[in-house]
Order: sequence, then C-alpha cells, then structure tokens
Amino acid sequence: MTSYRRAYRPAEHRLVGGVATGLAEHLGVPVVYVRVAFVVATWFQGVGVLAYLLLWRLLPLRRPEMSPGLESATRRGLRGGAGGVRGSAVEIVQTVALGAVGIGVLLLIQSTGRGIDDGLFAPLLVAIVGVAVVWRQLDDVTWARWMRQTSGWAFASRVAAGGGLIAVAAVYFLTKEGGWGAAVDLASALVIALLGVGLILGPWIARLLGDLSDERRERVRSQERADVAAHLHDSVLQTLALLQKNAGDASAVATLARRQERELRDWLYGNDERPGDSLLAALRAAAAEVEDVHRVPVEVIAVGDVPLDTDMTALARAAREAMVNAAKHAGVDRIDVYAETDGRSAEVFVRDRGVGFDPATIADDRMGVRASIIARVERHGGSATIRSAPGDGTEVALRVPVRAPEGEPAAASSTTVTATEEVTP
Amino acid sequence: MTKLRVAIVDDHAMFRTGVRAEIDGPVDVVGQAEDVDSAVAMIVEASPDVVLLDVHMPGGGGLEVIRRLHLRHHDTKFLALSVSDAAEDVIGIIRAGARGYVTKNISGPELLDAIDRVAAGDAVFSPRLAGFVLDAFAGTIEVAQVDEDLDRLTEREREVMRLIARGYAYKEVAKELFISIKTVETHVSSVLRKLQLSSRHELTRWANDRRLI
Repeated sequence: MTSYRRAYRPAEHRLVGGVATGLAEHLGVPVVYVRVAFVVATWFQGVGVLAYLLLWRLLPLRRPEMSPGLESATRRGLRGGAGGVRGSAVEIVQTVALGAVGIGVLLLIQSTGRGIDDGLFAPLLVAIVGVAVVWRQLDDVTWARWMRQTSGWAFASRVAAGGGLIAVAAVYFLTKEGGWGAAVDLASALVIALLGVGLILGPWIARLLGDLSDERRERVRSQERADVAAHLHDSVLQTLALLQKNAGDASAVATLARRQERELRDWLYGNDERPGDSLLAALRAAAAEVEDVHRVPVEVIAVGDVPLDTDMTALARAAREAMVNAAKHAGVDRIDVYAETDGRSAEVFVRDRGVGFDPATIADDRMGVRASIIARVERHGGSATIRSAPGDGTEVALRVPVRAPEGEPAAASSTTVTATEEVTP
Repeated sequence: MTKLRVAIVDDHAMFRTGVRAEIDGPVDVVGQAEDVDSAVAMIVEASPDVVLLDVHMPGGGGLEVIRRLHLRHHDTKFLALSVSDAAEDVIGIIRAGARGYVTKNISGPELLDAIDRVAAGDAVFSPRLAGFVLDAFAGTIEVAQVDEDLDRLTEREREVMRLIARGYAYKEVAKELFISIKTVETHVSSVLRKLQLSSRHELTRWANDRRLI
C-alpha cells in the first residue's frame, strides 16, 4: 500500500488553527504566502474563510514529537515549556496586519456592492467567529489541559459563547429577511432541519467525542511510558554506560550495579523516604553512603522503626561509624546491618566476617571506636558492645533507649541480655 | 551419595545459564523452564529433587507452579530465587510451599549450600526473610509456651531468627546459642512451618499492609 505524504496541522507554532502553518510546511513555501492567499481568496465571496474552516476540520492535528526524557522533565517542571510555543510576536503582528488589510479590502469590495450579499455579510461574520471558537475548543490540546484544571466552567462558557454567537447570527439573519413572525416560522423550520442534520451527523459527532476521550487515555498512557523511559534513561542507561567504561575494575562495577539496584528498587517500590525521617531511613542512607565510598555492599535488615530524634540520630551516626570501620579495616565483601526496635529501645547490629581484632587492644589510639561509637551512644543513655576476635569477624551491637513521646524517658531496659553481650571494652 | 537433581525455572535465559554454570557439577541440572506451563510439564517429567523457582514469571509466577504441582508431586522441594525483596513476594511464595527464599545475588557456594539444605528437608532463611518473619510476628508480645502454637514464635525461635537477620550462618548461630546445628535447623524448620500454616490474622494483615510497598 502506498502511503501518501499527508498534510498536518502542527500543534505548536500556530496562531489560530494551524492551517496556514501546516499547509506552508506541506507545500514548502513561507507561511506568509499561504496567509496572503487565504486573505485574497476571502475577497471572492469569502472562499478563503470557507477553505480555511474546511481545512481546519479536515487536516489532522500533529502532536509534537519530543524525546521521552524531555517530555517527562517538562511535565515535572524541570524544563521550560518547550511545547508551549505559539508563534513569535512578529508573526502575530504580521498576521493581524494582514488580516486588517484583508478586512479593509473586503469592506471596500462590500461597499462597491460586488461582494457578498449585504444581508448575509454581517451574520456570516458573526457565525464564522462562533464556529471558530467552538472548533478551537474541540481540538486544542493546550486549552484542553487548561480546561481540566479549571473544572469545566471555561469549557461551558466558551461553548455557550460560540452557540450564542451562532444564534445571534441566525436571529439577525431571519429578522432581516421578514420580521419577527417569519423568524419564528423559520426558527421552527431550522430546528427540524437541525434535527435532520443531527441524525445524519450524530454518529460522526459521537465518534469525534469518543476519539477525544481515547486520545486523552492514550495521552495518559504515553505519559506513564514516558516517565518510565525517562527514568530508565536517566539512571539505568547511564549506569550501563559507566559499567562499560569501568568493565576492567571489578569493584567499581559491583558498586555501580549495587547503587543502581538500590535506586531502581526505591523507584519501583515507591520508596521516597528521606534520611531525616526515621532511624531506618537514616541507617539506609548511611549504608548507601558507605557502599558508594568504600565499595562494600551493606545489607540493612530492619524490624520496626522509630522517628528520628537526637538519641536515634546518635545511634544512626554510631552505626555509620561502625559500618565505615568494617568497610575500611575488615577487608570483607559484605556487611550486615540489623536494626530492631520494640518501642522501648532500639538496637543496631553491624556485623562483618572480616579479619577482626582483639577488642582489648583498642586502647586510646583507636579514637574512632571510643569516641564516635561507644561514647556517643553512652551519652544518649545507651550501650555499645564490640565483639571481635582476630580472624573471626567483628560485630558491633548498639542499643539506645527510645524516648517516650510524652517526654518521659523510657526505662533503659538493661534486663534483656542477648547472647552477644559478652565483651565490653 | 548420588548427586542432587536440580531444575531451574526462570524466564530470563541469561540468568538460567549463569546459575547453571555456577552449580552444574556439584549438582545435576536436569531441566530448565521459562514459564509456568513448561515448568509444570518439565518438573512432572524430570522430577528433580529441588526446583530453583523464580517468583515473577509470565503466566502466574512461581506461586502458580507450586500450586499446580502441589497435589501431584510431594517429593519436589522448591527454593525461591528472586530479585524481589518485597515482603508480599517473599511471604507469598513461602506460604505457597517453598522451603526457602534467597535473592539472586547469592554466591555460587551459598546457593549450593542452600540447595543441599532444602533437599535435606530443612528451611533456608536469608537475613531478609528472617527480618520479615520477626516483623510479621512482632505484634505478639506474649511468647509461645507450647511449640504447637502456630501463631507465635518461641523465645528460642525468635533468638535464632534474630541471629540470622544479623547475618549469622547456621553454624555461627549454633555456636552462639550453644546448640547443635541440627537444633538450629529444627528451629528454622519450625518457624517455616508456622509461617506456612499460621492462619493468624495479623500475619495476613501484615502482608497486606506491605502489598502497597
């Protein structure tokens, strides 16, 4: 099947209906020539306007093609509205001037009596404006979007205005012909005629409306697709490119893949927590940071969660320090972090299966452990237990009581003795 | 000892190839399938000891495979293998009848170990699954007095789960609690049974709450 090159009305860069712009593009001539042609044709019994209206109805609207990333970014307000271009100021002024000249000449022709019948001219003008308003309403994407935001009153008023104009034109035309009585007769005749036209055109109009809602649904779908595409483009494709570049560096590859996995998971499962939200969020953020900096996977498992207050912040920082220590010194390819809160106290365990050390030797020279882990949680009423032996890995157990919401400090439950609390340096 | 017969069910050919390369040798990979229908047919025909089962697949996923085979093949044991960490998936497949759950980034030796364990009738809990279990059963303050109580964990089971969540291997858990590995395995299997059989209202609600994640 041969496919013909079709003419379209562009959705962007148009002043009224986009007919002139579309034709100019299709014929390969400057748009101003097409506009002049329409104006000149109008001088002959209004052919130009009729042709314009017909083409407006018949030429399909072409949606701007944007790369998915751009479209999504535009929607989220990250980029300027590239789709909102509606012709430059120069073009508008030019067209208005052209229209003014056209109307002037038309009126001149009218005054010589060689133009459109005087009795028809004024009502026709009004009717055409009405039709233009209604049609514009039907196909304009930008307006449609704006309409949805203003909950329909603009739509109603525009349709009413268009309909009113048509009615005024009809009444004007009819009264001109033969007084009010004739107008009533003709109005009934017109209603019957309209009913007939409705019967003929009804299905077509219904289909038009159906197409509109289909189009809207399709637009929603394509926006979702565009968002997915944009996300994949910004994250996954970038990471894949980085992976190819770093293919020789195993730990870089693992870190990149891991970070991408984390981001993708957050995105897929709609996890948009921020580090300041809760203890778990803070731990996850710390783990992510350690993963990125030290290139060691950190697995965070949690049971329960508490809001972040100063105590919990201290706990999260101490845990972060423990993760950093494990990443730096243990020489492992995996760190396990387990957090548990039961409402009375919060516990965090940071474990590695690395080289380990003798806890007795962490004298004052190991400021990191003493100040940033042990002292920190103790200042907040908690306790820290470090268990390690050379060759047997290390586990840092941290426990901080959760402050009751009423402000009354929860009893530091030191009765529960877990099997790990053996060595307290 | 004869080699274990293992089948791999996953809709990603690349992943099947990768897993096969990692475990073929120590175990026999006797079949592969990429969707529910072919998986059921393959498992019925080859009757492997252990099926590595992907949770998400066209045609209903791993759950559907287990469901359809449930009545026909008691001998086959399932080890769920997935990239998903969503609680709904993890708990769902365990409750359907899988003997364990591991994530796809598990290393070859760990996977072989898990296969052995599942084949022997034990359960395989990753730290994350243990975390989910603790979270799911966390609502109950009182601890089960009788082992037969399906709705609560005993103090010992809770301890075992906590250690697994902290990244301890079974061997390390045993050392930690001064019990034998066999006892650890018994506790874990018992937790698995509770997870599968408990009709506890909270468990259902817990899983439902997390469906939105």
